[in-house]
Amino acid sequence: MTTPILEVRDLKVEYSTAAGPAEAVSGVSFDLAPGEFLAIVGESGCGKSTLLFSIAQLLTYPAETVGGSVKFDGVDLTTLSAEELRQRRWRDISVVMQSAMNALNPTLSIAAQLADACRAHTDWDDDKIAHRSAEVLNMVSIDVTHLKSFPFQLSGGMRQRAMIAMALLLEPKLIIMDEPTSALDVVAQRSLMRQVENLRRELGFAVLFVTHDMSVVSHFSDRLAVMYAGEIVELGPTREVFDRPRHPYSSGLMDAFPSIVGEMKELTGIAGNPPSLVNPPSGCLFAPRCQFATDECRQFRPELITVDGLAVRCHLVNPRVAK
Amino acid sequence: MRFLVRRLGFLLVALWAALTVNFFIPRLMPGNPAEAILAQFHGRLNPAALKAIEVALGIGGHQNLLTAYFEYLRNTLTGNFGISFSQGNDTVSSVISKALPWSIGLVGISTILGFLLGTGLGAIAAWRRGGVLDNVLPPTFIIVSAFPYFWVGLLSIWFFSLTLNWFPTLGGYTATANTAFTIVITSVGGWILTMRNNMITVVAEDYVKMARAKGLRPRRILWQYAGRNALLPNLTGFAMSLGFVISGAILVEYVFNYPGVGFLLLQAVNNEDYPLMQALFFLITVAVLVAIFISDIATALLDPRTRNNR
Amino acid sequence: MKRPHLLRLLAAAGRFLRRDKKAMAGSIILFVLLVITAFPSWFTPDDPAAEIYSPGMALSWAHPLGTTSFGQDVFSQLMAGTRQSVMIALVVGFLCTILSVAVGVTAAYSGGLVDDALSLVTDVILVIPTFPLIIVIAAYTKSASFWTIVFVLVVTGWSYGARQLRVQALSLRNRDYLLAARARGEASWYIISVELIPPMTSLIVANFLGAALYAVLAAAGLQFVGLGNVNTESWGTMLYWAQNNEALQAGLPLWALAPGIMIAVLGSALALLNYAFDEVSNPALRPVTTKRRKKAAA
Repeated sequence: MTTPILEVRDLKVEYSTAAGPAEAVSGVSFDLAPGEFLAIVGESGCGKSTLLFSIAQLLTYPAETVGGSVKFDGVDLTTLSAEELRQRRWRDISVVMQSAMNALNPTLSIAAQLADACRAHTDWDDDKIAHRSAEVLNMVSIDVTHLKSFPFQLSGGMRQRAMIAMALLLEPKLIIMDEPTSALDVVAQRSLMRQVENLRRELGFAVLFVTHDMSVVSHFSDRLAVMYAGEIVELGPTREVFDRPRHPYSSGLMDAFPSIVGEMKELTGIAGNPPSLVNPPSGCLFAPRCQFATDECRQFRPELITVDGLAVRCHLVNPRVAK
Repeated sequence: MRFLVRRLGFLLVALWAALTVNFFIPRLMPGNPAEAILAQFHGRLNPAALKAIEVALGIGGHQNLLTAYFEYLRNTLTGNFGISFSQGNDTVSSVISKALPWSIGLVGISTILGFLLGTGLGAIAAWRRGGVLDNVLPPTFIIVSAFPYFWVGLLSIWFFSLTLNWFPTLGGYTATANTAFTIVITSVGGWILTMRNNMITVVAEDYVKMARAKGLRPRRILWQYAGRNALLPNLTGFAMSLGFVISGAILVEYVFNYPGVGFLLLQAVNNEDYPLMQALFFLITVAVLVAIFISDIATALLDPRTRNNR
Repeated sequence: MKRPHLLRLLAAAGRFLRRDKKAMAGSIILFVLLVITAFPSWFTPDDPAAEIYSPGMALSWAHPLGTTSFGQDVFSQLMAGTRQSVMIALVVGFLCTILSVAVGVTAAYSGGLVDDALSLVTDVILVIPTFPLIIVIAAYTKSASFWTIVFVLVVTGWSYGARQLRVQALSLRNRDYLLAARARGEASWYIISVELIPPMTSLIVANFLGAALYAVLAAAGLQFVGLGNVNTESWGTMLYWAQNNEALQAGLPLWALAPGIMIAVLGSALALLNYAFDEVSNPALRPVTTKRRKKAAA
């Protein structure tokens, strides 16, 4: 087993709210192998974006990482100084955000925004920068003339692809994507995913992909993690989790997405609401909504236990070893 | 470019409106002051001065309103303002041109200084949220910017000149220093507050987060990403607040007896020197509109979105 | 949607005033000034115009702020002058706000030619330098009475608010709940008054405060240069008389500075409240303390 490119251990993030600290990410741990595509899915507010930005060390007040470690290529990012971190950015890890319209500086041209990433981390001269900028734009099938354009002059799909091009500039080993397809229509989504997949095969970077719509990633990701209320409740090979979800929440999620092939099923949602993160219930966080919950579930918080490459956080799947 | 042309057109309309209002005010006020003034001065002034008043007020004795109006416009736009009888019967134009450099020098420079200083401080305060600047500046300047300009002027006379005895009270270059100081202090607050508020909003935007993710140097993010975008609404605000700045400057000049355009205006009012008054109003209006146009140009340069269509 | 929103806002405002120090300070000051406005005789030990004392006295127990060159008690004058300034602030603020809302919302809601015309008028008034205009108008009226000043200030001061409100109304206009109301076939006036205006309440209040502040400063400025009625009691006219009698040089600094302090106090109260309301509509502006951060990490 090669060294994982990313080792997240026990990551905890808190938001300070008027009612007290809310634990948005509670002790998340996982590994990411080089070149692997890991998708993280969950409903709004489950903490997946927070998790992502915490890993990238990009959180700002009122969010704060309060515990755990994030090792990238063996180096713990949480222990680095701001300047050390800044120098590693974009070369090691780059980010693609949800809305390119908001993520691109409206007053600078595309060329300028590509160039300043280069200038911040390399000593390339103008020619090399121009050359590389053209190269990455070609990789995402954007015409080079658009280097002079401003973000508002590009279409939605083009902007998103421009962001991906920007992410590829310094050949990072890991690209973090926060719901990059949410603002696109279905056809554009598919096209974007295909493009990302091709680039990944060619260049070999790992991908950490967050989305609330798992149909988008189901054909592209190697592993799938399901998040609920700040915890990972299931993590395993994509097809395995998709076809045979073990955790009651995962299976509820899968049921909520109809398949275009196969028989017509009745759509069922998951009753209830996510728990309060300021005052979480003792015991399993999903128990209040779970139709299979037992007293043991309500009393004891289940651990994420891995069996045969599939990790599940549920007493019913991985029974507690009785005291 | 189309944007700028449209703005120019708009400003010309505004100028026309100002002149028209100026023309009709003396006629519309109860008691028709225009006629009263003319009657009052008849026989008291030499014909040239009388003519000046007629020109200024657009009363040509026996013309009908419309003709008078057009003659007034023509006179104003060709710079024919007549004679200022309260200032030794010089032509209004020469009187103004003596006072103008004082005002432009002082007010212009102080205002720009206040703007630059205030915007810079506001940006830095917002950048280091929760820091010293951010906690101290807003409350301080909310209060300071509510002070009447002229009162701060009085305060500084009292404090610096009388109590500390740093400069003699009136006239000369120390007055300049005092006046400049007053203007900068009172105007800087407004800029600090608005820039800080804009910056806070901008810093929360995704593209600033993106800039951090790219690992750009903090200074670059502050100025090119956050600052540049936060400045835009401030520029438009600058144009709009010019009226306020001018009013403050007028009063400050009065307090210090500073021989600028504002002081002249008040003297003209007190002396009922209507030709001078009208001309000054026209001049101030033109100055403000020009400044607005310049800030429009600056906006067009900074923000590519305005260059296309707005 | 309508009633609960307004009540919710009022309740939130109440809680907020108690929590935010700025709003607290501003409200208290304003309240005190309002009391003085309503009952000036409680605070004026002497008839403010009575020139009965020896002129030019320094402060003492009988005359906390000394006397003027004419022998009037400065403190009494100060208290009596409160009424004019506060009244101008409130009346002008109120009228300006009504005009701003009327024009801004109508322009945003009607769109098209009406919007273009109203916006043009608003913008033109906005760019014309108002203070020189006010001076010119006041010059023709020789001695501007209270209502003249009010009229002039309102006519020149409503455009800023109208522009702001128009922008906000435009952004609200296309929100779904308004489209739903239109689809339901509700009458325009209903939509405007019940669905469109309540969410803009904090901006409207901020506008009122801003207009009041503008009125205080502009009126004081006018009176200071002698264009108001110099025989009435107001802070601005006190400054006028003080300046004309060279109070500072004559060693009577309080006569000149005290009215200015009062203007500054009233202005600051309005500015503080205005700023506090800005924070209500935009929570991101609220003060960040490092104390909070440390508490989160503990």
